[in-house]
Amino acid sequence: MMIKFVLMVNRQGQTRLSRYYQPVELSRRAALEADVVRCCLSRRKEQVPEGHTSCGSAAAPLRLLSLRPLCPQCSFVEYRDFKLVYRQYAALYIVVGVTDAENELSIYELVHNFVEVLDKYFSRVSELDIMFNLDKVHIILDEMIQNGHIVETNKTRVLAPLTALDKMADG
Amino acid sequence: MSDVVEKTLTALPSLLSLDPQPGSAKLSSTSKLGNLIRGITELTSKHEEEKLIQHELASIKDQVSSPNTSMRQMKELMVRAIYCESLGYEASFTYIHAIKLAQQGTALEKRVGYLAVSLFLNESHELLLLLVNTVLKDLQSTNLIEVCMALTVVSQMFPKDMIPAILPLVEEKLNHPKEIIRRKAVLALYKFYLIAPNQVQHIHNKFRKALCDKDPGVMTASLHIYLQMIQENPEGYKDLTASFVTILKQVVGGKLPMDFNYHSVPAPWLQIQLLRILALLGKNDQSASAVMYEVLDESLRRAEMNHNITYAILYECVKCIYTIHPKSDLLEKAAKCIGNFVLSPKINLKYLGLKALTYVVQQDPRLALQHQMTIIECLDHSDLIIKRETLELLFRITNAQNVVVIVEKMLEFLRVNTDDYTTIDLVGKVAELAEKYPSDTMSTVFSVGGDMMQPDIPNSFLKLLSEGFDSVEEDRKLRLFAVDSYITLLQKEPGKLPQRFLQVISWVLGEYSHLKDELEPTVVLKLLAKLLDMKHTSSETKSWILMAMTKLCEGGAEVSVVREVSETYSSSMDTVLRQRAHELQYLSQDSELRAKVLLRDNGLRPLEVDSSLSFLDGFVSEALAAGAAPYKPPHQRQEELAQAKALSLEPYGLSLPMSMSSCSITDRQSPTLLSMSSGLSGDSAEISHKGGSTSLKLDGVKRVWGREGYLPQRAAVEEAAQVEVPCTLRSPSQQGDADSSHSQTPTSTPTPTEPDPEKQQLASLFFGLSSQSSVCLMGKPEPTPHRFRRKAKGVTDPTSSSLISTPSNVEKLLCNNLLDSNIASELAVSSAKQITELPQGLKTASSDIKQNNPSLIVDNGIVAAADEDPDRPKDLCLISHLPAELSELCHSEITPLCTIQSILCAVNSCQYRGDGIFPVAWGGPSGSSVLIQTPFNHLHQVTHVSAELKKSTQCLSFAHSDVTFPCRPLTVSTEEYGTMWLSFSHDTKQNLTLIGDGQEALTATLNVLKQKLQLHVVEIIGQEGILSCRLLQDQPCLMHCRVHAGTLAVWLRSPVPDLPDCLIYHCQRALQEY
Repeated sequence: MMIKFVLMVNRQGQTRLSRYYQPVELSRRAALEADVVRCCLSRRKEQVPEGHTSCGSAAAPLRLLSLRPLCPQCSFVEYRDFKLVYRQYAALYIVVGVTDAENELSIYELVHNFVEVLDKYFSRVSELDIMFNLDKVHIILDEMIQNGHIVETNKTRVLAPLTALDKMADG
Repeated sequence: MSDVVEKTLTALPSLLSLDPQPGSAKLSSTSKLGNLIRGITELTSKHEEEKLIQHELASIKDQVSSPNTSMRQMKELMVRAIYCESLGYEASFTYIHAIKLAQQGTALEKRVGYLAVSLFLNESHELLLLLVNTVLKDLQSTNLIEVCMALTVVSQMFPKDMIPAILPLVEEKLNHPKEIIRRKAVLALYKFYLIAPNQVQHIHNKFRKALCDKDPGVMTASLHIYLQMIQENPEGYKDLTASFVTILKQVVGGKLPMDFNYHSVPAPWLQIQLLRILALLGKNDQSASAVMYEVLDESLRRAEMNHNITYAILYECVKCIYTIHPKSDLLEKAAKCIGNFVLSPKINLKYLGLKALTYVVQQDPRLALQHQMTIIECLDHSDLIIKRETLELLFRITNAQNVVVIVEKMLEFLRVNTDDYTTIDLVGKVAELAEKYPSDTMSTVFSVGGDMMQPDIPNSFLKLLSEGFDSVEEDRKLRLFAVDSYITLLQKEPGKLPQRFLQVISWVLGEYSHLKDELEPTVVLKLLAKLLDMKHTSSETKSWILMAMTKLCEGGAEVSVVREVSETYSSSMDTVLRQRAHELQYLSQDSELRAKVLLRDNGLRPLEVDSSLSFLDGFVSEALAAGAAPYKPPHQRQEELAQAKALSLEPYGLSLPMSMSSCSITDRQSPTLLSMSSGLSGDSAEISHKGGSTSLKLDGVKRVWGREGYLPQRAAVEEAAQVEVPCTLRSPSQQGDADSSHSQTPTSTPTPTEPDPEKQQLASLFFGLSSQSSVCLMGKPEPTPHRFRRKAKGVTDPTSSSLISTPSNVEKLLCNNLLDSNIASELAVSSAKQITELPQGLKTASSDIKQNNPSLIVDNGIVAAADEDPDRPKDLCLISHLPAELSELCHSEITPLCTIQSILCAVNSCQYRGDGIFPVAWGGPSGSSVLIQTPFNHLHQVTHVSAELKKSTQCLSFAHSDVTFPCRPLTVSTEEYGTMWLSFSHDTKQNLTLIGDGQEALTATLNVLKQKLQLHVVEIIGQEGILSCRLLQDQPCLMHCRVHAGTLAVWLRSPVPDLPDCLIYHCQRALQEY
């Protein structure tokens, strides 16, 4: 059981962040991501009632943790020979590809833990923070997942190396 | 910090020009990245994006190679390059700069350098070697953050060959005072274990130390290594069971610091990891499981909070409870838990419940019955994945009663499904069910599944159709039905049908359309001809169609159609098509020849396959006499080819050593020599077999459909080459000797110490258990019964009739599971007696081996026919001639077989080596050349030894001793048999002749097999019997026999690909000889 990749995409299907834990050729990634996004986004109409929609690019950026989307649909999708676990935060989707033996619900909560960690670091994280701090989000993710396995979930410990780096830069 | 409103994209430009404020001003120092992202976001077409990115990459390229670029700028460039790559545009020119940044940068710059490396490069990238020095330096750094970074990148990717360079440093870090360093060091070791387990073999005790680390983080990290190691070898870590239980107890009890909590649940992912480890340790182990019961119970109790993460833990807990040795009250609680999941209105929970149920019904099908109604509701759920998971569950509980409904549901899903992967998976499952419970759903499968099906599915369907079921009438009906429905299909719109289906259709029509009396062959021929003319028909399909036409054409009115077709295709560019067309042409003109070549199977007399290909014997001996090279099985040829690579480059180079073939010629006086493993017939048969892979009946023998196409025949060919040919060529007296000694062995009592035939039988029954040497025979425990408690794909009784009744309402869907399990348990009781006899048999067998080697050989039927050559030197010390590699092994008495000229050829020491016992033949003046023959070429020990033997140049031919199939009885109960049967994938079916007649025929026949081949008769019920045997420890083979129309319909299954075919051949032989 393991995690195959973590993707962050916005509602327009643009990739914000991607991390693969199994080698996938660069040329095939774009197609895979588009496919994965299509799989997950095709369900969004039922998922988000009209009133809850907000736009990531034109209006104010939304704090990711500000609202919990209703979830009348299953958050797990079968894709090829593995499963996708996805979770929506405002206009941002986080999609995790996992093998069939993985415990989907624990991954679903891992995603939330990740977002909570980001929220703690960026204090009220929004999609823009993720876009413009790609390196830091990657560093945080690296602390949590390695080789497709969950290696740390304790928020303080996940952030420890990065905060230390920030302090160094501050002098 | 900046207000939400400020962070709008419209305000971006002003924001981007702000001064950097690390940690808080998030848009700092990323102005260019900001521009890029904004640019991308505003684009509307893919084309524009490409243009923009190419422009961006060009500008990055300029800057990274400029000497004036500071590390800080370099870091920013790297992030932009990462962004470009994440959009799918390669930025390979930056890779080397990423390494440079990791090398020269400080703090965050360095970290970004490492990050870029880990994102850009894969583990086998050669540039990674350049990183080794940087990592080495950072590992020795006094700056903890740098050590951390180095360890992080090492645990993500590191060149395998360079591990020794940094291993001591990483090991050293295990004792570091800081937990984060220790934790990362453990994770780095985990990475090493994954990519090169032997490199870290010596530090297993350090893993234990990490497990006992006072910091929970370090302990958690070590669990990754343990999960991996326990997966590979659960036996090795049983002693840690109590430790894992204690850890879980402490975690569940809330002994960890508060910051490990997630939504007030203590370290949930750690709990899940521990539960997985416990499941692995408790599987099939009662005593280990007993240690866990308490903590599992507590986990179930504690996880009452209403939060997703507690459900995730519960799911893992339930899986664990159902994996380990069962405890009734825990099972009850777990079942209740699954019930709550399945009934939950939350879809994610429902999904998890179904997934758990799918896992659990394999152990206890009654649970599915409890949730019958919910499952049926889930089938019509609006969410696709719920439906899909439900089908998965149903697939596991399919039985003869509900198969029709379940297959219908699956087909329903298939029709609306658009995803290729799901289609392939589901079609495979439907086909598996259709094969298990034959019905006429296959047409639908073929037309829906289309060309995405695995090629073995239509094959096994045709096999099913041609071999038929119990009653002739049923067969006829089914075939007629197939013909009818296919004709209708062809009359409609054949253009839309998938190629595979067209192939099936043409085969069925060619084979069975004569069953329908009112159907004119011309009509069928015309329909087929229409298919030929279609644009989309592939040439493979065309060749199937032509073959069907060949079978159909009987002269008369249809000749004109045929002539036209054959003329068109006899000039085809495709050689196969041309061949078929010519066949069609000749056979349609010569009705006598046609009648001879194409026997019509009217379903009354099953055609016997001459699997030994004995009709080729004449050809073989002629060819050998003319100096042809003897046949070698493919693996042998390959080995030799690998050894003599230089030779294989020659255009006409022989793939065999010259000495071998010349030896065959010079020693021609002795026919036995010539015949040694000579399988020329194999060569020629293989050629015809290749040609025949698309031709069904033109070989003159009835086809044998296997999962892998024609494989059964091929295996038979090899067998024939190795065993049959020598026998037939042997001089009559010799053959008589061999045969008589062979047929007598099982029944004769060769030594006075073994007067009791029953005891002897028992001994031979357990003969095979001596997997090690005779000394440790007693120490080796028989595998416990639940060793075979593997995943059963549905609980069904394999001995029950394969004909199905057809309930059509959904309520019957699940009703039969209870019934089946009851039957199974009854059967288990009745066969329990046999199991209790086991220890006694074991003793008998061991004493046999220790004291009475000769009798052992005789028991096993591995005695050779000694050549009655008067010149034989009688006082030879045979042992001294034993080749060195064999002399140290335990062996039985060596029997001299024959001497030819001055060369000694001794045969038949029974060698024990590892798990295998097999006959060995060797010869040569000084024991320098040895040949080993085994009827089953998958014995890896044999191939190992024989590979060594090839080195000897004085390769000698030797006479094959009459060796029985080297299998041993496998004692299983009927219940285990049922479970195993379903889990084995390779099978073969054939009809064998019965011995004797009347009521006793089955028993008599099975007894012969039992005596001759050491098969274990599991049970005989009425006209059916089940037997089992095994080759090596993990190579079981199961046999199901049924008396049917005066013959014995045998169905063999095994996880080993060629074993069923091999065994069926030996059964056939054993019965013929009887």
